[in-house]
Amino acid sequence: MNAYVTNTSNTHQGSDSLYKPAHTTILTPELMVQIDSILERFAKDPTRLVGMLLDIQDITPKQYLPKEIGVYVGEKLDLPLSRVYDVISFYEALSDVPRADIVIQFCDSVVCKVVGSRRLKEALEGILDIKTGETTKDGKYHLEAAPCFGACDISPAIRVNGVVYGPLKTEEDVRDALARYEKGGGARA
Amino acid sequence: MPNTVSFITAHFDKYNTDDLASCLAIGGFGGLKRALGLTPAELIQIIADSGIQGRGGAAYSTGIKWRQAAEVPGEDKVVICNADEGEPCTFKDRTLMEKDPFRLLEGMAIAGYAVGAKHGYIYLREEYRHLRPKLQKAIDQARTNQWLGSHIQGTNFSFDITLYSGAGAYVCGEGSTLIESMEGKSGRPRIKPPFIKECGLFQKPTLVNNVETLSAAAAILDFGAEAFKAYGTEKSPGTKLISLAGNVRRPGAYEIPFGMTLETIIETIGGGLEEGRTLRLVQLGGASGRIAPASLLDTPYTYEDLAKAGLDVGSGGILVVDDRTSVIEFLESIQDFFIHESCGKCTPCREGNRQIGRIIARFADGAPRPDDLETAKRFATIMSNCSFCGLGETAQSALLSAIRHFPEAFELGAFGEGDEAGLKANANVKASAAGVAVGETIGKHSFKGERGERA
Repeated sequence: MNAYVTNTSNTHQGSDSLYKPAHTTILTPELMVQIDSILERFAKDPTRLVGMLLDIQDITPKQYLPKEIGVYVGEKLDLPLSRVYDVISFYEALSDVPRADIVIQFCDSVVCKVVGSRRLKEALEGILDIKTGETTKDGKYHLEAAPCFGACDISPAIRVNGVVYGPLKTEEDVRDALARYEKGGGARA
Repeated sequence: MPNTVSFITAHFDKYNTDDLASCLAIGGFGGLKRALGLTPAELIQIIADSGIQGRGGAAYSTGIKWRQAAEVPGEDKVVICNADEGEPCTFKDRTLMEKDPFRLLEGMAIAGYAVGAKHGYIYLREEYRHLRPKLQKAIDQARTNQWLGSHIQGTNFSFDITLYSGAGAYVCGEGSTLIESMEGKSGRPRIKPPFIKECGLFQKPTLVNNVETLSAAAAILDFGAEAFKAYGTEKSPGTKLISLAGNVRRPGAYEIPFGMTLETIIETIGGGLEEGRTLRLVQLGGASGRIAPASLLDTPYTYEDLAKAGLDVGSGGILVVDDRTSVIEFLESIQDFFIHESCGKCTPCREGNRQIGRIIARFADGAPRPDDLETAKRFATIMSNCSFCGLGETAQSALLSAIRHFPEAFELGAFGEGDEAGLKANANVKASAAGVAVGETIGKHSFKGERGERA
């Protein structure tokens, strides 16, 4: 068990340039226990890998799946790391780079565009003082563009940690949506 | 709402979706109750008589599909509900699951009984994760009350449902890709044959139906095929859920009888356009659908009339676009979507989408090369004919129909006022997108190198 914790810094050294050096260990013993319970809930059924990884990403700080978690899940399910990473790197909803406590997605598909999502993007970048794809300095918010998430009846729309808000026509609407999310206790959808 | 009907949506807002008892109190599971008193062949005949066609987009006769599935030999078959509603401007399946989750479970059990399957799976897109607890609760309650599980209502029929999650890949709406994803793999389509009806999920004979198809099948069993056929036209019987959105006053999911004109749908149900705006185009069936100019608005919304006009029901999406968006801007957005969503398995789709993306970008910049239009048409044709799956085959529907209906949009020097404004805005967006792309490459070492391109 401990191997996953103590060896992580080694994993990230040398020629392995795909990963940033880990200054902190993500996979703590506490997180391992939580991951184990998720794997149990899915009966460690490798066919349900996509759902498991989504749930694990939810409870991982910064909402992403670092290599050490990929290795851990692979060993628990008896799957090669290449298979786990094939899934992580393929799906839009799974991230292999750190994001933030709160991930904000604005829809940039055609429906939201024709009703003015460009203003929405500008408003979000202004409020958070970051560009799309970036994380705020305090590590709290990450902003990304997302393809259609099926909220076209209330477009233009955003998702805050999976909770959908719309229609957001002005900067005031956007601020209000973020405030409502915070007021709701920051729960996930 | 004038002009809308409630057949598939008959139970909407009539019961508490968290409480099975309240659903049963208004006659819930009436369709399954009736089905269990019939033989599978009789049941399939009712679905065939109703004339319903698959609502996922392919519009294949559900009766024939079920009969074929029933005829495939095998003890252990599965039914999959495709709840990976990924077409932009399509959200009617979300509405069905939000407002009547038990109807869907009922439809799946009916399909299972018809084809001889014991297991059902719902593949729910990640974007609808908020529906997971609701669906799981509905499944659990139905099982506790013997509407699912072993020996449903004391009969010899056993059927259970498991909920699976997608993770944000449009291509997983394609049947074999969905199955790959459900086997814990990345979403890339399979070669056919073997067809999934013979060898699908876990190598078992598999029936894949859309949420609306299954819900409608349950309603047809409940109210009768004749009641369904009372709506619609001879060749397009029944009702259809549409997802109406874009520049209309009242966007939403509505159930309509087939046969209403597009104009009536937009004006009466959608409330028309905003004051002072004129219609630029309508796109039917999501991003993979064709577009129509205002002159085609008198087309009745039926499979046969739309086909005559070169259009398609597709996913049931109706996107209304007014004069604030130019045709080229619209196509650019559609193309961005397909560049991003192509799984990369086959060359025509992966490379074709990128190259056409570049060509459309040159049109947006007002600087196309002399042969760009012909090249785009040629690539689009190759993609339609040679792509591995439906994504690549249909990705260029919007472009090809735009070239047909809006040839002026592709002529140099023909850019109107709206287009000029669009050009400037596009230049800004591109500048910022380039900035993001650089930031991502340096800062994050992502496998998903494409991400920055569409920010």
